[in-house]
Amino acid sequence: MENGASSEGKDPSAFLGEIIGAPVTVKLNSGVVYKGELQSVDGYMNIALEKSQEYVSGQLTRSYGDAFIRGNNVLYIAAN
Amino acid sequence: MADTEDVGSSSVSEPLDLVRLSLDEIVFVKLRGDRELKGRLHAYDSHCNLVLGDVEETIYVVEDDENDQEIIRTIKKQEEMLFVRGDSVVLISPQA
Repeated sequence: MENGASSEGKDPSAFLGEIIGAPVTVKLNSGVVYKGELQSVDGYMNIALEKSQEYVSGQLTRSYGDAFIRGNNVLYIAAN
Repeated sequence: MADTEDVGSSSVSEPLDLVRLSLDEIVFVKLRGDRELKGRLHAYDSHCNLVLGDVEETIYVVEDDENDQEIIRTIKKQEEMLFVRGDSVVLISPQA
């Protein structure tokens, strides 16, 4: 397998650990998207974002200095 | 004496620390079902159960007007003290 993670045997939470501090896009099950700097993640996939912006159907709806997102709502976390 | 909790009370090493730092402060809470709350955070736990005081609740309702155009109506309610069950919480943000 040439594609995928750089080293074998990595797990998804190791990826999350690597992107802490990086700008990320978080999509929720509701379709709402948050873009911001990933402050921290825990085992529930609860997320703390810094300087984040909220997009509902592509439209910027709100800005937060800090935001806590409850993990059960998360669809994906993308490193930008 | 050596507590595992000696990370320092002002650090954010896990997401819930952000909520802990918002205790006794005004927070904005986004809930399922197009509802929002703004109030003072008195207590929380790991489920995101919250106790909020002096709360303003905003509810967004989609309605059709007489021309069948969808309009969004906002309903505001005031609550003195509120217990929020954690499973309806989507987002918590401290209000600067």
